[in-house]
Amino acid sequence: MSSATQGGPPLKTSAGVGPPLWLLLELTYRCPLHCVFCYNPTDFARTGPELPTGDWLRVLREARALGAVQLGLSGGEPLVREDLEAIVAEAHGLGFYINLITSGVGLTRARIAALKAAGLDHIQLSFQDSTREMNDFLSSTRTFGLKAQVAALIREYGYPMVLNVVLHRLNIDHVGEILDMAEALGAQYVELANTQYYGWAWLNREQLLPSRAQLERAEAVTQRFRERIAGRMQIYFVVPDYFETRPKACMNGLGSVFLAIAPDGTAMPCHAARMLPGLELPSVRDADIRTIWYDSAAFNRFRGESWMKEPCRSCPERSKDFGGCRCQAYLLTGDPDNTDPVCELSPRHALVTAAVERAERAGHERPATGGAPREQVLIFRDHRTSIPVVTGDRASHR
Amino acid sequence: MSDPPDTVKPAIAHGLRLQWEPAQEAHVLLYPEGMVKLNGSAGAIMSRCDGVRTLAAIVADLEDSYGLTGLAADVRAFVALALQKRWLELRE
Repeated sequence: MSSATQGGPPLKTSAGVGPPLWLLLELTYRCPLHCVFCYNPTDFARTGPELPTGDWLRVLREARALGAVQLGLSGGEPLVREDLEAIVAEAHGLGFYINLITSGVGLTRARIAALKAAGLDHIQLSFQDSTREMNDFLSSTRTFGLKAQVAALIREYGYPMVLNVVLHRLNIDHVGEILDMAEALGAQYVELANTQYYGWAWLNREQLLPSRAQLERAEAVTQRFRERIAGRMQIYFVVPDYFETRPKACMNGLGSVFLAIAPDGTAMPCHAARMLPGLELPSVRDADIRTIWYDSAAFNRFRGESWMKEPCRSCPERSKDFGGCRCQAYLLTGDPDNTDPVCELSPRHALVTAAVERAERAGHERPATGGAPREQVLIFRDHRTSIPVVTGDRASHR
Repeated sequence: MSDPPDTVKPAIAHGLRLQWEPAQEAHVLLYPEGMVKLNGSAGAIMSRCDGVRTLAAIVADLEDSYGLTGLAADVRAFVALALQKRWLELRE
């Protein structure tokens, strides 16, 4: 999100808390796909029942009254909810700009027509299960055919064709074919988003993190494609932060502009925040959005700078990156108040570089004495495998 | 890029939306998964870009509304920038 282009006050000052400009509703954890890189919580099967329609509509009204204006409808697969059209209609009436983030599974002509009539502004088509779809595309099988039909519907109904593909070690070498596929689908915008390591992706990190050489090849291929396509398609290539030396300004600071609501009504300052220990997340079943955003302990926990530890606390860059990602700090170091170890100033930065080094070796490691190749197990997201998240540098012993 | 002539009719680009947000006390331009908060002059210009009025008519309306003269060059420069950023598109 861009901030003011021509001046104007900052959205959040040290004295005051700004409104939750961005609202993300994760309408359901149900999903027809089983992606190994999903950021949904690994224990999603244990969460309570989904909010009924009336509660979602109340959340929309309360958040809009505070100033929320960008709305994301996500999941799981939001099209699983039969009341999606009713939710879109209410949001449109309130003046939200409405983004649907979908795998496209279930997006029939009847539904896209109803969503358009209800006031949906934008559709982002995600290639969630990109490994399988990639194979399907290369072999021209049915799933790609379905995706192509959905893409054609999106264009027919006057939406820009925006494609999101999640990259990881197993598909990043096919980025040229992925871009060809995007072109075949008539995409105008393509986001090549490297996996971020939360939820299911964290469990599978050792199998998903690409090597630096893979990353550089993929960027070079993307650049050549950009030059060939000459502006007909805009391509964003998001580098995984494990390869950076400074952390991302995650969520512009927790509790700054972003509010996510989980399927069971849990309110979160970031879609992964459910994993953070000691953070008693409020529920929209018990409190209104104003109370949750401004008064709850959870949303105030990481506001300002008083929670920070060294080296962030005295770092001149703390107001720029807010210490990085709290979830990543917790997953890698066990303490969400620590500096995000992506930062090379973190005393735990070696946790990140070690993971990258293992990814480098994984590409060309061979058994030294003729033994079996190392087994690589990918855990697919489904109800059977849904388990509590594992913390710490779980993979370092491998 | 060259400045647009007085006869063009700028409009908010397809898929984008301009609206006044009381919570931000500003016009904001909304687009897929993002937004831009506009300052006062940008909001005043963009809110008049309805695809019906010509650039000349927009300048005249602004000068009339704010009791100013000589705004043409500034407005034209902003419209050129907004076209370049694809916030605006032209209707002939």
